[in-house]
Amino acid sequence: MNPDHILSVRDLKTRFLMDEGTAKAVDGVSFDVSPGQVVGIVGESGCGKSVTIKSILGIVQKPGEVVGGEILFRQRGNGAAAAEMVDLAKLDGRGKEMRAIRGSDIALIPQEPMAALSPVHTIGNQLVEAVRLHQDVSKRRAEELAIERMTEVGVPNPAERMSMYSWELSGGLRQRVMIAMALSCSPRLLIADEPTTAIDVTTQAQVLRLLRGLQQNHGMAIIFITHDLGVIAQVADYVVVMYLGRVMETGPVDDIFHNPQHPYTRALLESIPSVHALSREPLPTIEGSIPHPFNRPAGCPFAPRCVAAMPGKCDRRTPKPTQLNGGQSVSCFLHNDAAEED
Amino acid sequence: MSVELQPEAEISAVAKPDSLDKADAVSVASNWKLVWWRFRKHRLAMVSGVVLILIATIAAFPGFFSTQAPHESDSKGSFMPPQGIHFWDDGPAFFVNATKGARNPRTLRMEWVLDEGETIPLRLFGRGYEWKALGLFPTRLHLVAVANPDTDKPIHLLGTDRLGRDQWSRLVHGTQVSLSIGLLAVFLSTVIGIALGGISGYFGGLADMVIQRVVELLQSIPPIPIWLALSAALPRSWSVTTTYLAITGILALITWTSLAREVRGRFLALREEDFVVAAKLSGCSQMRIVFRHMVPTMNSHIIAAVTLAIPVMIINETFLSFLGLGLRPPAISWGVLLQEAQNLQSVALAPWLLLPGLAVIITVLALNILGDGLRDAADPYH
Amino acid sequence: MPVDEPPETKQTLLEVNGLSKYFPIKKGVLRKILGQVRAVDDVSFAIYEGETLGLVGESGCGKTTTARCIMRAMDPTAGEIMFRKASGDMVDIAALPEREMRPLRREIQMIFQDPYGSLNPRMNILDILGESLLVIGGMTDREERSERVAELLRLVGLRPEYMQRFPHAFSGGQRQRIVIARALALNPRLVVADEPVSALDVSVQAQVLNLMLKLQQELNLTYLFVAHDLSVVKHICDRVVVMYVGKIVEVAPTQALYEKPKHPYTAALMSAVPVADPRQRAAMTPLEGDVPSPANPPSGCYFHPRCPYAVDICSQQQPALEEGAPGHFVRCHRAAELSLSGIGDLDRPQTVASASSSDAGVGPIG
Repeated sequence: MNPDHILSVRDLKTRFLMDEGTAKAVDGVSFDVSPGQVVGIVGESGCGKSVTIKSILGIVQKPGEVVGGEILFRQRGNGAAAAEMVDLAKLDGRGKEMRAIRGSDIALIPQEPMAALSPVHTIGNQLVEAVRLHQDVSKRRAEELAIERMTEVGVPNPAERMSMYSWELSGGLRQRVMIAMALSCSPRLLIADEPTTAIDVTTQAQVLRLLRGLQQNHGMAIIFITHDLGVIAQVADYVVVMYLGRVMETGPVDDIFHNPQHPYTRALLESIPSVHALSREPLPTIEGSIPHPFNRPAGCPFAPRCVAAMPGKCDRRTPKPTQLNGGQSVSCFLHNDAAEED
Repeated sequence: MSVELQPEAEISAVAKPDSLDKADAVSVASNWKLVWWRFRKHRLAMVSGVVLILIATIAAFPGFFSTQAPHESDSKGSFMPPQGIHFWDDGPAFFVNATKGARNPRTLRMEWVLDEGETIPLRLFGRGYEWKALGLFPTRLHLVAVANPDTDKPIHLLGTDRLGRDQWSRLVHGTQVSLSIGLLAVFLSTVIGIALGGISGYFGGLADMVIQRVVELLQSIPPIPIWLALSAALPRSWSVTTTYLAITGILALITWTSLAREVRGRFLALREEDFVVAAKLSGCSQMRIVFRHMVPTMNSHIIAAVTLAIPVMIINETFLSFLGLGLRPPAISWGVLLQEAQNLQSVALAPWLLLPGLAVIITVLALNILGDGLRDAADPYH
Repeated sequence: MPVDEPPETKQTLLEVNGLSKYFPIKKGVLRKILGQVRAVDDVSFAIYEGETLGLVGESGCGKTTTARCIMRAMDPTAGEIMFRKASGDMVDIAALPEREMRPLRREIQMIFQDPYGSLNPRMNILDILGESLLVIGGMTDREERSERVAELLRLVGLRPEYMQRFPHAFSGGQRQRIVIARALALNPRLVVADEPVSALDVSVQAQVLNLMLKLQQELNLTYLFVAHDLSVVKHICDRVVVMYVGKIVEVAPTQALYEKPKHPYTAALMSAVPVADPRQRAAMTPLEGDVPSPANPPSGCYFHPRCPYAVDICSQQQPALEEGAPGHFVRCHRAAELSLSGIGDLDRPQTVASASSSDAGVGPIG
């Protein structure tokens, strides 16, 4: 593992064994996260972005299971580099070690803050509990810290809000409280799972700005999951494009948006209506619809919808990720003939 | 099922919109087929279903399954033990051992033992006492009967009771009464529940308010004292049939409330569903919306709820009759039969009198498992 | 209140005047009415024949309630909804009893947001699409119905053979095509589309938008397009109505609105749209605060607590909706003095030209 990386996911494979068959929800996903970097994972439904982060957090529910690959995470510590590394894929998701990492090194901002906050405890109670779980401080000090966090994430009148319940807050404030809670353990990696999908566009802009600001102040790394290319363009430094459980393309955000190499990335970028585009012109489209994960096509998963698909090649073998110049990597036979071994 | 399918391909395609050509049968499968496919996977519920079909067959033709008229008593043959059927005696055979009785000189009580030496040959579909299939067609045909009805002694597969009546035949007839009372009471309470719950949920407003208050009132009355009071008020002079109908009515009147609540809740939720709004915008009348769109959506749920309500009714009937407040002899039901096992002496001397209890347990368990299976299968879209 | 002059000589198809929808807040056993949620509050606008009018705003702004009142899926509290029937007469559908509304449903149809919830899972496509043909169209012959259904399926780019299938056999995008086909069954003149693409995946959205554009041209449809996504609205609409907390804050032709918004809320909404270009990050200047609840709106202009340009009068007096430029209406005390920037018609972020087909993507699929 490159010493610069805080997290290194290597060939991650997560499957769901169901009566109906096996769904390869995540099938050989690799990417790296450096400290202080915002990595955006973007993809449509069924692309495996949520399962990827669940695998990292060790919260994949049965019948899902991580069946292969490594999730190397660099833990906080002073020892030799080798001693600090831990493979999260090998840890028991409910075990003590994983719980400790989840609480202190890696924090999650969920999509639905309403579901993640308890409706029967005040915001203050929950924040104080989160603080005291990770820091050995008195209750009074924990309250001060909680108010500090709330101020930091831009909750107006934090002292008053401490005695409120989650359902008394607006969606935007709830999401800020979730962020404050995630920050309470000073994580080194923050995972944001579509944190702005459930909120309005003006509030979304606030939350995105807040996240970027916090990332710069704290120097933490963020993995940001979304289906919205606009959001990715606004927050990410490095982008992972996924489709049906596989990584199609990765690269610095500017290259992904201005020099996309994979036909899927290109088609996706072209098909979104832009506020800058001409009105009422037919948009370029991607034909067909996304197959269900149970029904993944053979070879490159995008081949059946791809305009550049080469019959006899793309529908038979799965392309291997190929490193291009400038940190971009693409899995497509247009760039390299190497295929995955099956 | 007319469609041939690989078991795996069936359900998965519900969630596999793109396997269009492969799973054509699934694409055109109606809701009932999807429910059936899902239900079929629930092994225990399938087994329960088969058990219930057997029990229902017995309940439909009790005369065919019994070996003796249920009311025929024999003062000299009380508390005779069960005679197990033998299928093997140095080769395939079909007989029971005869019972031999002797009076204990000290207690003056008849004591019965099975006589290994004397066999009573049996035959399937033999001739016995005359009964009427469905109360209409007289016949002498029985599933099991003694081979020579004119000469052989009567057989008692589950022994006899205090008055020397055949326990098996009585149990079989009791099954008919207990099951039908359960079904009929549930049917009544379903009709009331759906009608009132539907009105309450679909129209809302004043009707909803009145019905809901009535439901709350009924639910706040403890059911046992009410049953006791109502049943005790039934005149003793009423015939067996009248009492039967009255008990059914009492059971239904008290239990429709929970079903009404369920139906109302579903109506309320469905009223907001987009496809119901879409039906309205397509110009459908209220009647069409209710009967073409809303009721079919609830069907499977109602069936599941009803299946789960039957065992409760059966238990209630058994309980009332056991206390002597439901059906009374000469009616035969599981509760009436268990009444015979009320005193300790009978149980000690003739433990087979408790067998109707086993019948209750098996039936109630089977209905509950079936109901659970149906409930799980009821919504194939989730 | 007369709202706007037709930009050309088009005649109005629908005129909404002073439409309001209040929901009572009830409490206690006796259901005492404590207050009103003014979900839609005195809304007036017109839709011209053949155009696409966008209705945008954030959650709770009343756009969906407005659409549902026009569809008469809800009964408005007050106001008129004048609809021009095929015969040319205007009729107020706001207070029409359902019995008289039913024949008009032939002319006004709706496309729903959720393609999973809006198709009855227990009916096959033939029955779903044939329902309005049967109940309003009076097409009692099953043969005839199935011919029309086949025609409709072809129209939206699905195979006619699919009509025996049930909704569970289709993907989200295909379902939305079926929903569109249902809306078109009786040749409507006005189609109300409530967030028709927001539940769809990005790669499928474009297919459905293209289909809607194609159908509009072929069938001369008029759309009321309700959405929160400003990029989609920009793409498909001729004119846009912007709503905030139950009230209209701005009405303008799309081009004018996006180039030069006159209401600070519209401008803020536009700047909040995350642009799919990492080189345009600075453009984001988020608004402070949250959308107020329509149950308890602020005094004066509802936007003043969040408005960067608010002055004293804004918190005291509610501004009126006034015509600042021809066809451009705005509800703001300072509309005349402010110069706000929109998004304009900058170039799209340049991506490598692709060979992807620019065909509308409505050919048969599957």
